[in-house]
Amino acid sequence: MTRTILINFMRFIALIFVQVFLLKNITLYNLSIPYLYILFILLLPFEIPNALLFALAFLMGIIIDAFYDTPGLHASACVLLAFVRILFISITVQKDGFDNDPEPTLSIMGFRWFFTYALILTMFHHFFLFNLEVFRWSEIQYTFSRFILSSLFTVFLMLVSGLLFFRRKERK
Amino acid sequence: MRNLLIFITKYNAFFLFIIFEVSALLIYIKYNSFQKATFINSANQVTGNLYARADELNSYLSLRDANEQLAKENAALRNQLKSSFYVDTLAKQKVTDTVYKQQYEYTLAKVINNSVNKRDNYITINRGSKEGIAKNMGVICADGVVGIVMYVSDHLAVVQSLLHKDTHISAMLADNHAIGSLIWGDDLDPHKALLVNITNNVKPRMGELVVTSGYSLFPAGVPLGKVVNLHTKSGGFFLNMEVALSVDFSKLQYVNVVNNKYAQQQADLEAQEKQE
Repeated sequence: MTRTILINFMRFIALIFVQVFLLKNITLYNLSIPYLYILFILLLPFEIPNALLFALAFLMGIIIDAFYDTPGLHASACVLLAFVRILFISITVQKDGFDNDPEPTLSIMGFRWFFTYALILTMFHHFFLFNLEVFRWSEIQYTFSRFILSSLFTVFLMLVSGLLFFRRKERK
Repeated sequence: MRNLLIFITKYNAFFLFIIFEVSALLIYIKYNSFQKATFINSANQVTGNLYARADELNSYLSLRDANEQLAKENAALRNQLKSSFYVDTLAKQKVTDTVYKQQYEYTLAKVINNSVNKRDNYITINRGSKEGIAKNMGVICADGVVGIVMYVSDHLAVVQSLLHKDTHISAMLADNHAIGSLIWGDDLDPHKALLVNITNNVKPRMGELVVTSGYSLFPAGVPLGKVVNLHTKSGGFFLNMEVALSVDFSKLQYVNVVNNKYAQQQADLEAQEKQE
């Protein structure tokens, strides 16, 4: 239990630093912007209470907002992400059958499940984020291409980090 | 009542979602419509400090560029020195000149946070109200116009960059003095902007310099860019043209904040006219 809290806390700090000081400066052709920090919300353990999940998502969003000068933008997208996460997990994962508090990571859940999970949640988050940021229909085409390309970039980074921290014999 | 409680606990995720989402959106909308200096921006203590640290590292890496630019500016300034002109009159007497009174004051500031890839870009600089920076002052650098001061804290300030959908700068064509306004285009290219509202009897040239007009916060004649494309996008009575910006926003290091000493007087006068 304490170990899970410690790991998630360190992940929280590390992802904020990576997002703010590294990924903020990376943009491919002005179209593809990675928002890897949502990986924190994706990787929280299955049994987390809903209230805590929403509170953490809101906190993460508002901290990123403070660095990006956009109060409320990332926070609202993150809260939506947390809601979609609850729906997705309640549909695809049966409640019992895990022995020691599992997390929805690549090494535990397998590639196929994790890829679908990351892709769908990222697309919800990015679609909401980009449309709220631009907030007009006249640029929808441009917004749409940014949304697609950024989602691909973010999911790619998620898979890379999942493989980087791959632990083999966790689930048999 | 019991049933209501059961209903709420059963669908608690949905209700929690509504609560958090509404509060997040309230923050977002409130901030956007009033443009207040909330404490959730990069001029507050914690984020400002972290950005300053990261920037120290960054500035060390770009010392070479900064040096080159300074050397160039030195050369340009040296050209204006009296000693570099040949004096062809023999006798000179000193006159205390009361014709000139300083109107614009410049404060040097360092850029500690910057972005070019968003729809609305902001720049954070390391000078604030203690150093005499106030809201709505203009910001320029050696190459041209950078933006307008938006929020000020004690030692930091946030500048609304030229690359922002709400930035309009009064501009003119350098040769025939036609007045228009400069905005950032829809394609989010950090090197291009649009010059709009030039009346269509004007014949602009390709490559003509675009500078600030005297009607803006800036001194007249600060460069903005060059006309690169004359095609009229949405025509009618006005010409729209594409301008290549002279400032490279992605490499911004040092800027000058312009304090127009007569701005207050002008604003007061114009407010009187509106009251009548």
